[in-house]
Amino acid sequence: MSIKTGEPHIIVKDLTMAFGDFVLQQGLNFTINKGDIFIIMGGSGCGKSTLLRHLIGLQKPAKGKVLYGNESFWDADRIEQIKILKRVGILYQSGALWSSMTIAENIALPLLLYRNLRKKEIREIVSFKCSLVGLAGFEDYYPSEISGGMKKRAGLARAIALDPEILFFDEPSAGLDPISAYLLDELIRETCDSLGATVVIVTHELASIFAIANNSVFLDAEAKTMIASGDPKELLSDCKNPVVHDFLTRGGTEDYKNQHLNKASDDTTLNH
Amino acid sequence: MITGKWQLEELLPSPDEIIKTIKAQSHIKTITFDAGALSTWDTGLLIFLAKILAFCLKHNISVDQEGLPGGVRRLLALASKVPERKGARKKIGHVSFLARTGEYAVVFGHSILETLGFIGEIFQSFLRILVGKGQFRGSDLLLYIQECGAQALPIASLISILVGLILAFVGAIQLKMFGAQIYVADLVGIAMVREMGAIMTGIIMAGRTGASYAAQIGTMQVNEEIDALKTLGIPPIDFLVMPRMIALALMMPLLTLYANIMGILGGMIVGVFGLDLSFVQYYNETKGAVKFNDLWIGLFSGFVFGILVATAGCMRGMQCGRSASAVGEATTSAVVTGIVSIVVATAIITVICNILGI
Repeated sequence: MSIKTGEPHIIVKDLTMAFGDFVLQQGLNFTINKGDIFIIMGGSGCGKSTLLRHLIGLQKPAKGKVLYGNESFWDADRIEQIKILKRVGILYQSGALWSSMTIAENIALPLLLYRNLRKKEIREIVSFKCSLVGLAGFEDYYPSEISGGMKKRAGLARAIALDPEILFFDEPSAGLDPISAYLLDELIRETCDSLGATVVIVTHELASIFAIANNSVFLDAEAKTMIASGDPKELLSDCKNPVVHDFLTRGGTEDYKNQHLNKASDDTTLNH
Repeated sequence: MITGKWQLEELLPSPDEIIKTIKAQSHIKTITFDAGALSTWDTGLLIFLAKILAFCLKHNISVDQEGLPGGVRRLLALASKVPERKGARKKIGHVSFLARTGEYAVVFGHSILETLGFIGEIFQSFLRILVGKGQFRGSDLLLYIQECGAQALPIASLISILVGLILAFVGAIQLKMFGAQIYVADLVGIAMVREMGAIMTGIIMAGRTGASYAAQIGTMQVNEEIDALKTLGIPPIDFLVMPRMIALALMMPLLTLYANIMGILGGMIVGVFGLDLSFVQYYNETKGAVKFNDLWIGLFSGFVFGILVATAGCMRGMQCGRSASAVGEATTSAVVTGIVSIVVATAIITVICNILGI
């Protein structure tokens, strides 16, 4: 992969999200750099998932721009938009596997569309992606025949089918038990590290936030805008905003904060 | 003093009486509780206390909660911890008749625009398919053809035979009076082939296939499957709507033809067993009565109904909201829209045929 870290990958400029007259968030400005693991966080109903929908071209902003590199997604024509979308993989909250197709067909569809490959090659890629996410042998199952956690993993396999530069995750650990959630986190980190991809995650799962993120933006429903951004671990130690602080410490429990700060510093010492 | 059981559905004293007592004695500065003899309690007690507390807070009377059980105190504290958010309460007010009429008109206008937009998208998608850029899977098309073709045959047989029988019976009663039973064959033949075959098949398919299209696509909307298609750069109209539409548009004329034959068969059963006509007589009379024009008009109607039913089903599915009740509404609306448009289309086709003289 020829992705250099540190360069801006996605830039959000003065974005306003609205449903009709109801403004959900306004004045959003942040940059996601190449190689970042970027978290969109905030309380329930503040517009995290809606922001994601704006980034991946499902909802048009009321005002403002979403830039991929130098190109504004919403000002580009259809062909350019598809070019951008081809470099993007998305894991939806529910997995969003196409229910009328088997797991293999789900993973194969992006390949059939955008890669000029023979049937045998596609089959090989599909079974490789399946084994990457621990679903080897489940290629011919329909989505209704597998469990929720497996659906998410199959969704991940589909999201990485085209070896994307950017991966989006909408609440990856929602509805999973702690162990499955942890394993999915690990899987996300592993695959993204290896692919060298930029990762954008919508979540309010503190364990995931501190475990994998190095950059973030914090949305607030009352302020109707972002009230903090940066590395979540730094936000935890430095941010003075009570809302952010309460959020990151589960309502102000100091023990929790110390525990995570210690863990974070342990991690850094281990890495060096 | 609070004594005995304090549970919902038992006879509880009203807080108003306590409040009245407190009001009557304006010198009261503090109230205390004695719950020593309280045996069991539930929400009934909490509501009672919450009302008194609210009253006391308003009138600056201090409350000593020491006498209450710990659980009661904690729950009361929890209930008053987060104050009501300003402006959160929905305004439920009377909307005047004129305002409601206006709102309906605006909604109706929007729905017409949406329908036109959807038809436009279908047309664009159809053009893409014509130039070979359509993006759907051939196996999907075959599956839908099987679903709305072969699998609809049993119900189509049943309904058409019965409609043929009914037409024949109704006609026979009148025609017998003139000794003209043989004309039952003309009646059933023309009615089935020209109108009833197509209409009955259309209505069956609206209830069967149109509803299932709306439910399938609506559920996919709920399940984010349609989003997943869009972010892959596949227009959902191409991938989901076109194969369903083509399948139904192809199968409807065939089903109509089948329904025509079944209907005539139904009429023949009445003619042969009820009116003492011979099989050959009935066949010849039908053959003489039904013109090729009738057949073409019937089949053309069937084709049009197929497109209408598929459009209604797919459109309601695509417009579906993201909840279970929205899927239900989409299904209902698909069937209603389908049947209404079939009837309207029949009227239009009949008028046009009348003007053209066929």
